[in-house]
Amino acid sequence: MFERTMARRPKEKRADFVEKDNVIIHGVDISGHWNRMHSPREITSYDLSHLEQVTAVPGAESMGWCYQCAKCIGVCPVDNVGNYGPRKLFRLLQTGYDLINSPELWECTTCANCLRVCPKQVDMIKIMPALRAKAVMDGTAPNELQDMFKNASEYGNPMGESPRKRFRWTKDLPEDVAVKDLSKTPEEVDVLWFVGDYYAFHARGNDAAKAMARVFNRLGVNFGTLGNEEWTDGDSQRLAGEPGLFEMMAEHNIEQFSKQTFGKIVTSGPHALNALKNEYPRLGGQYNVEHYTQFLNHHLADLKKLLKNPFPHKVTFHDPCYLGRHNGEYDAPRALLGAVPGLKLNEMYRCKEQGYCCGGGGGGMWLDGFMADHVNMRLSENRVREAVSTGAEVLAVCCPYEVSRFEDAVKSSGNEGKLRVMDIIEILDQSMGG
Amino acid sequence: MKIVVPLNQVPDLVEDLEIADSGKELDFEVLKMKLNEFDDHALEEALQIKESSGGEVTAVAVDGPEVDKVLFTALAKGADKAVKITGANPHADNHTQARVLAGAVGQLGADLVLVGVQSAGDRDGQLGPLLAAYLNWPGVCVVSGLKPEGGKLTFHKEYAGGLMAEFEVDLPAVMGVQAARATPRYAPVSKVRQVQTTAKIESLAAAAAGDVPAASVEKMEPPVKGAGAKMLKSAADIIQVLKEKGVV
Repeated sequence: MFERTMARRPKEKRADFVEKDNVIIHGVDISGHWNRMHSPREITSYDLSHLEQVTAVPGAESMGWCYQCAKCIGVCPVDNVGNYGPRKLFRLLQTGYDLINSPELWECTTCANCLRVCPKQVDMIKIMPALRAKAVMDGTAPNELQDMFKNASEYGNPMGESPRKRFRWTKDLPEDVAVKDLSKTPEEVDVLWFVGDYYAFHARGNDAAKAMARVFNRLGVNFGTLGNEEWTDGDSQRLAGEPGLFEMMAEHNIEQFSKQTFGKIVTSGPHALNALKNEYPRLGGQYNVEHYTQFLNHHLADLKKLLKNPFPHKVTFHDPCYLGRHNGEYDAPRALLGAVPGLKLNEMYRCKEQGYCCGGGGGGMWLDGFMADHVNMRLSENRVREAVSTGAEVLAVCCPYEVSRFEDAVKSSGNEGKLRVMDIIEILDQSMGG
Repeated sequence: MKIVVPLNQVPDLVEDLEIADSGKELDFEVLKMKLNEFDDHALEEALQIKESSGGEVTAVAVDGPEVDKVLFTALAKGADKAVKITGANPHADNHTQARVLAGAVGQLGADLVLVGVQSAGDRDGQLGPLLAAYLNWPGVCVVSGLKPEGGKLTFHKEYAGGLMAEFEVDLPAVMGVQAARATPRYAPVSKVRQVQTTAKIESLAAAAAGDVPAASVEKMEPPVKGAGAKMLKSAADIIQVLKEKGVV
């Protein structure tokens, strides 16, 4: 990668000029717009200090590399429902806009679709957390995001739920669906399942967690969890600009992992996958980690034998940004859906590498109220409309943020009754007999 | 101007409350504690005053579990000094707390003391008035919008029916803050961690509280659960119930 800095043009001295009301030269009246071609281009009169301030922040240097090709705008999910995108941010900065103290700082979901197409590798995935960290330090982050940070730092989960109730979702599972709490009774397991906040605390997440417990048990997986000792993975906090909080969460989880003996970690969520696989290593946590769709895909032959009940529905699938673009996995979820008898998969136009974003990434999960003032519809509503247009009856997802996001969007976009939102694990569980 | 803000921890209601074996108080061994929300507002208002008109903010707390975290967080938010009062009971009633704090304020010196108007942990919301009485200073509670001017302070006080009055008080004084002018700020973990390595919490031995008139708890118990409500699904159900009760 090149080191680049914003070269600044020297201020040109404007030429002396004579102002006249009317000028006729060689019989041609050229009155009006008297200085259009006779003064330096406007760009040199802009205040570039904000752009320089941004590119001086470690991690945000690439903001200055933009050459305004606008490929990002075509793929930016926020521009799709508003007026956004890296190119536009660069241009605003160029014209003296104070990005760090603006609402635009919080609109990016770090979905990485812009980076995928950017010829200059302007990396919003690094730029946004770096700039937001500055704003968080200055105390200018939106209140709803600060509340989430407070909850995570106080309780280890973004919802502000009691950490002692994290394992409570297992309470009404029947005896033959065992979920081990390794924090209470450590034992060697093949799989340490990182359950995640939404599976543990959200009512619809609980459904998916129970489905996962049943599927693991039927498959004969020797697995356990960290029980109440699991904390949020910290990735959303990191991307939303609280690196210290991310480290605090990660250090706690790494310490808990170090007390256990396990073969690999399987995560319910793509954000946990991303954190554990790509971010925990720099804090000393090196693990063999997979998203649950990847893990189950490796056991597809055994899984297929258990998928007995047909699921005779038209299904479309939403690629989570942090499983797909960020971690390159597009096949595993599709292989699982393909293994369900009777299921017909209708792809949306924006799928796989160019999949649309649900709006929950990069802290967006906690910014719906804030975002309402800056977009003409929620990203999740836009996505639900696309899902409905495929003729699908079921929108399949495999990120714990998405069931609640899309179920809300189904209602708020007037599609109630037309589309069901299901986690892939719920579909597999149903096909196994529920 | 020197502003002192006492910070008090109260049981975090995210957990179920548990009663100690004595049956007379909460089981503080198992309870999760958190900063009293109103004290957080008092601290925010103090920081806002400091940022708009200058001054020095000192956060004070009685030594107890997690007190360092509370004080370092206050420093990370912008307090200039943090003082831990040792040798006192952090769960004491308001009368005792007011005595201990009055002693501390006397030693630290202050032009203004801001307390939270009430706390989930007390039974009377009287910390502010008691502290003012022990210090022999003016004390006003349920206030907001504090503005120091010279040796005086103007502030707002809300009355029933949405009436708002503006007052002026001579300093030093004790104020019971209802709400800060801005949402209490979040202290980023990076900042708290940084402060932990660079700042120091000062210690102050508690003066003897002496004989404090206080109410004593005879018995503490959770509310008795009622029989619960029956959810009726239709008008026919309602009629059925009314018939059963002999109403119609």
